Amino acid sequence: MSKTFTPSIATPAVITANDLRMGHCVWMRDGGWTADPREAQLFEDEAIAEIAMLDAIGQANLVVGPYLAEARRGPDGRPEPTHFREAFRRRGPSNYFHGIQAELEASNV
Amino acid sequence: MFDARPQHNEYLRHRAQQFRSQVARRLDGSLTEDEFKPLRLMNGVYLQLHAYMLRVAIPYGTISPDQMRTLALLAEKWDKGYGHWTTRQNIQYNWPKLVDIPDMLDALADVGLHAIQTSGNTIRNVTTDAYAGAAADEVVDPRPYAELLRAWSTDHAEFQFLPRKFKIAISGGEKDRAVIAAHDIGLRLRRNEAGELGFQVWIGGGLGRTPILGQVVREFLPEADLLPYVEAIISAYNLAGRRDNKYKARIKITVAERGLDVMRDEIEAEFLNRRAVFTGVDQDMVAEFRAVYAAPAFRNETDGDYEERRAASVGFRSWTDTNLSTHKAPGYASVMVTFKAPGQTPGDASADQMRLLADLAERYGHADLRISHDQNVVLPHVHKSDLFALYSELKAAGLATANAGLVSDIVACPGMDYCALATARSIPIAQEIADHFRARDIEDEIGKIDIRISGCINACGHHHLGHIGILGLDRAGVENYQITLGGDGYDIPAIGQRPGAGFPAEEVVPAIDRIINTYLDLRDSAEERFIDAYRRVGAAPFKAALYPVNA
Repeated sequence: MSKTFTPSIATPAVITANDLRMGHCVWMRDGGWTADPREAQLFEDEAIAEIAMLDAIGQANLVVGPYLAEARRGPDGRPEPTHFREAFRRRGPSNYFHGIQAELEASNV
Repeated sequence: MFDARPQHNEYLRHRAQQFRSQVARRLDGSLTEDEFKPLRLMNGVYLQLHAYMLRVAIPYGTISPDQMRTLALLAEKWDKGYGHWTTRQNIQYNWPKLVDIPDMLDALADVGLHAIQTSGNTIRNVTTDAYAGAAADEVVDPRPYAELLRAWSTDHAEFQFLPRKFKIAISGGEKDRAVIAAHDIGLRLRRNEAGELGFQVWIGGGLGRTPILGQVVREFLPEADLLPYVEAIISAYNLAGRRDNKYKARIKITVAERGLDVMRDEIEAEFLNRRAVFTGVDQDMVAEFRAVYAAPAFRNETDGDYEERRAASVGFRSWTDTNLSTHKAPGYASVMVTFKAPGQTPGDASADQMRLLADLAERYGHADLRISHDQNVVLPHVHKSDLFALYSELKAAGLATANAGLVSDIVACPGMDYCALATARSIPIAQEIADHFRARDIEDEIGKIDIRISGCINACGHHHLGHIGILGLDRAGVENYQITLGGDGYDIPAIGQRPGAGFPAEEVVPAIDRIINTYLDLRDSAEERFIDAYRRVGAAPFKAALYPVNA
């Protein structure tokens, strides 16, 4: 489980949750939610993250249980998980390639 | 499951309709998530790591072919084609959409199934021996009493908001196959010296972060007093159980903190009050359930070509040696169909597999199916003359793996591949261990051994009870696995002990390999099981093998 922390340049974060209707993992991006974690907005400023979290909590008609998850900026500038739990949420279960990740990949083929 | 009463299904449809309305109100914003969550949990709906999860109750693991086909329908129509047998004889679906769950509950209600009380701080699914009504050592079939407890506890107004969840197991055999010592209440059917039927009553057992074996609170409870006594136990717990700390709220902590004698005094006092108001309807119900669970009309036939087939087919002989149990009726056997084939996720069953088992149960098994604690399915009544035909059909479907109770028959919770509470994965570790020992081709040489894996301290994989237990944890952001040795849920109840520090994921298989090699070296014969050898020699040689540098 992600620990409580303060987003900063040294410890960036993404906001993630589960989709209310479907249950799958989603990440906050500029202007909404995405099932593609690479599109997630990376927060490196505590105040901006706090406002975004309030916004996320206010979208209870769309998502369940939003929280800040520690992340890092990858080589391409996109967010990457720092904890294995968040890595599993991104890639889906290890026994089957199931879930929104599989659906996204299929739709990209 | 007993579902002959029309009002039962009508009640289930009403509950499904109620939940449909609750889902609609959550989606239109009339209910907040905080308001909705307890309502969905009352209907077995969790929100897990990747999706919602629906846990369907299979009361005491007993299920009919038609009910099994409905489970297959749910898997196919609203999930991803499979379900997952749990260690509490239930089934879980890992991928339902919230908007579909009311339809799933409707379909379940049509065959008398439901998801009520598969979550929440209430009395959970009553569990029992997967071989109930079939085992050769059985004193009495426990299912009529399990059904009485199920019917009584469902929506029992007094016990919907207990301090914590509450689990009851009941065993009817000379050998306990329901793990009664690891339950909040354990009931063991027995006869006293006068030949009267009753229960040995255990309380205060449980696993999780504080594993404790239960204690006997009553050596002999007359059969007719079952409900008032169980009601008295839960009432006493409901009053005394801690609500200030969820980690100290189970009855095992209540008993540990207050002492068994204090609890017994309170239970006995409450029992006298409660027994006085029982009118006898419960005994009428037990009689009704006994008729429902009367033994099927067993065939009085020869074994046919059973022995000839065994002699002619190595695969069939291996399967019969490993997966059959002794039946109370001459000419019969109970068959364990394991869901631990190579590469398979332990306990996962596809819709096709479920339908096949439903068909085979009708064709060869007196239309009876059981879900076992070890995430397998039992056909409890198969005549020996039908075993080869059954085996052939199972084999064609990839369900004739001859590994019941062997090193690859690993019990594993979903772990972090699915569960929001998990701290590490279970499934890939189980698969790696099974693959490793298959590759060494020494499963039969190792013999019976119970390996269990949990992905967090909540212990859904019952790792404490494994001869070898594995607990997945998060150590500074890395999966780490503690090993326990010497646990036992069946013969002599025991909580496994931790010999030392945990291992990174990639070192678990080598560690288990060293444990097994140590066992093979020190056992006094091929007949001495791992657990017996461990009890004889103690932990020291296994500890030395696990931690050679520190030994």
